Amino acid sequence: MIEKILSKDELSSWLKDLGKSFEVYGPVAQGDQHLFAPLSEYDPDFTFQNTRLSPKGLVQPASERMFHFSVDPENPEAHILKEEPPKTQSCIVAGIRPCDARAYDLARINFITSDYIDPFWKQGRDRLTLMGLGCNQPCSTCFCTSVGGGPFDTAGLDLLMTDVGEGYLIRSCNEKGEGLLQKAPGKTATEKEQKQADQIKREAEAAITAKISTENLKDQPLMDLFNAPFWDEVQFACINCGTCTFFCPTCWCFDIQDEVHGNEGIRMRNWDSCMFPLFTLHGTGHNPRAEKVQRVRQRFMHKMKYYVDKYGNGVACVGCGRCVQFCPVNIDIRRVAQLMNDYKA
Amino acid sequence: MVEYTKKIQETAKRLLTEKKVDAVIGYRRGTLPMMNEPVLIKEAEKTDQLYWDSFCGVNLANYLPKRKEKLAIVAKGCDSRNIIIDIQEGQIKREQLYIIGAPCTGMVDRRKVWTRLGGKEPFAVEESKDQIVATGNAFKETLALADLLQDNCLICQHRNPVLYDELIAEALPEQKEVDPYEDVRAVEAMDAEARWQYFEELTRTCIRCYACRNACPLCYCPTCFVDESKPQWLGKSLDPTDVRTFHFLRAFHCAGRCTDCGACERACPVGIKVRQFTKKLNRDVLDLYQFESGLVLEGRPPLDVYRPDDPENFIK
Repeated sequence: MIEKILSKDELSSWLKDLGKSFEVYGPVAQGDQHLFAPLSEYDPDFTFQNTRLSPKGLVQPASERMFHFSVDPENPEAHILKEEPPKTQSCIVAGIRPCDARAYDLARINFITSDYIDPFWKQGRDRLTLMGLGCNQPCSTCFCTSVGGGPFDTAGLDLLMTDVGEGYLIRSCNEKGEGLLQKAPGKTATEKEQKQADQIKREAEAAITAKISTENLKDQPLMDLFNAPFWDEVQFACINCGTCTFFCPTCWCFDIQDEVHGNEGIRMRNWDSCMFPLFTLHGTGHNPRAEKVQRVRQRFMHKMKYYVDKYGNGVACVGCGRCVQFCPVNIDIRRVAQLMNDYKA
Repeated sequence: MVEYTKKIQETAKRLLTEKKVDAVIGYRRGTLPMMNEPVLIKEAEKTDQLYWDSFCGVNLANYLPKRKEKLAIVAKGCDSRNIIIDIQEGQIKREQLYIIGAPCTGMVDRRKVWTRLGGKEPFAVEESKDQIVATGNAFKETLALADLLQDNCLICQHRNPVLYDELIAEALPEQKEVDPYEDVRAVEAMDAEARWQYFEELTRTCIRCYACRNACPLCYCPTCFVDESKPQWLGKSLDPTDVRTFHFLRAFHCAGRCTDCGACERACPVGIKVRQFTKKLNRDVLDLYQFESGLVLEGRPPLDVYRPDDPENFIK
């Protein structure tokens, strides 16, 4: 592990330099929100708390082309799906929050298994180098420390930056990060600077006051939770929009669609949401989750029970708090997790 | 308006105890500042959950369609107008409802609070009379409610419920002097290209989560045209044409029905000025038919009926 101190100007020039061999993404202010955008086009703003949309889209875009095809009857290759060119451009995501980086690791379990590898997700993820930025001031809705993460968690990162006031202390988290950091400007961090960064980390962890309990979820009988009476109350306010699922860095569901314009067609996949009735509508017209209560229950059961049981890897939530902040009707996953964890049939 | 809380709780308790209604739809205090959650209370003992302040912007009429039981519902001016529309459009029966009217001084747009605080996150927001006090990490700021209201509340001309069984406070003076369509005139004055760009820019950040549609009390169709799959009318990606088609077609479907309650704009998680799609249509319906939606139970909305003398000079 190496640790370097870079002034804010040095970071800025390093990112510009990296831009010659990588596509560099960073948090960019747009209107009243931040989002990850290429720094070849925009200036970064590292003073953000959380980006409105998570960087999930860098690996799994909201709409992603998978194949193209022709429907021209004259074309001998009509109706043959041709893969889109692979994504090969290496990227650096500068300023990604530790929770969002960890979310990629939770999603990886779904996209890369011993039986199947999703080539689109894998290409998207493999090309990324994650230069995280620890959260000096977590939001009141953050609960990463309750779900296995932390404001300075290095689990999903290649590099971790700590804002130490005049500059950043940058720490390598693995060999890939170390290789990159070796070529960076700046000086090796002194013991005093390391201590300062550790202090910032401890203070940030202490500043996270939102907590959820998940310890009972694993042993709760699945059908007891499924049939629990509290779903009726939880679901009432829900309007079944896709805000929670689209904002969630760990929600990975997608819908495959073909679109044809003239003789040319594409097959793409788009973010989908278990909140939408169409999500489970069968070709027969039958819908196994026709009622709102079934859809609301599905979202929480997937994150807090099915995932827990299937992978033995904790809950499918990194505690970023986006769904809590932006649910239009204040359905709070922290409250629902508590109901599930505390439930006694 | 925080003082309404006690009155709402008492009224709800009385109605449930006397078995006048099976349940009460209101708000309970949210789990984070500036948010309250719509709630259905069935037991008199739970009425102390009910709450009221200037963050009750969700339109509760959205929770009425197809309900079977007898319900009490807390209603601001806009909610009451949407209740009238729900009744007119056969979504609920008047006899099923006991409307607890709440004269409304306007609901706060939490984004305006965020802007005022310059990015500092409030950990608590308390309301008293005409101001809120926001406290956070080493700051405490007092802000006037009047500067923080939702855009639609600033121009609201129906702050008092238009249909109710009981009012929980004295009726308020209506805002007679407001100019509700200043922004519509500004868009009308643009040339075609500028107008195109204006709407293109408005829809640019849409992620098609449909929060606007689903928060709208008018959008109760069993299957929305964007969700039809046999046939599929609309592409599903973030292609700008599809995104615009969704927003504009939905707006047309609300013509002559929209009460400008602001639920769509309030719900949008990416800050789209959704009311810019509906307001011009509201103004057109007012100009063409001298009609404002949701004010009287009697009669049919203008786009729901044919009259031989309907204006048709817009048909070219």
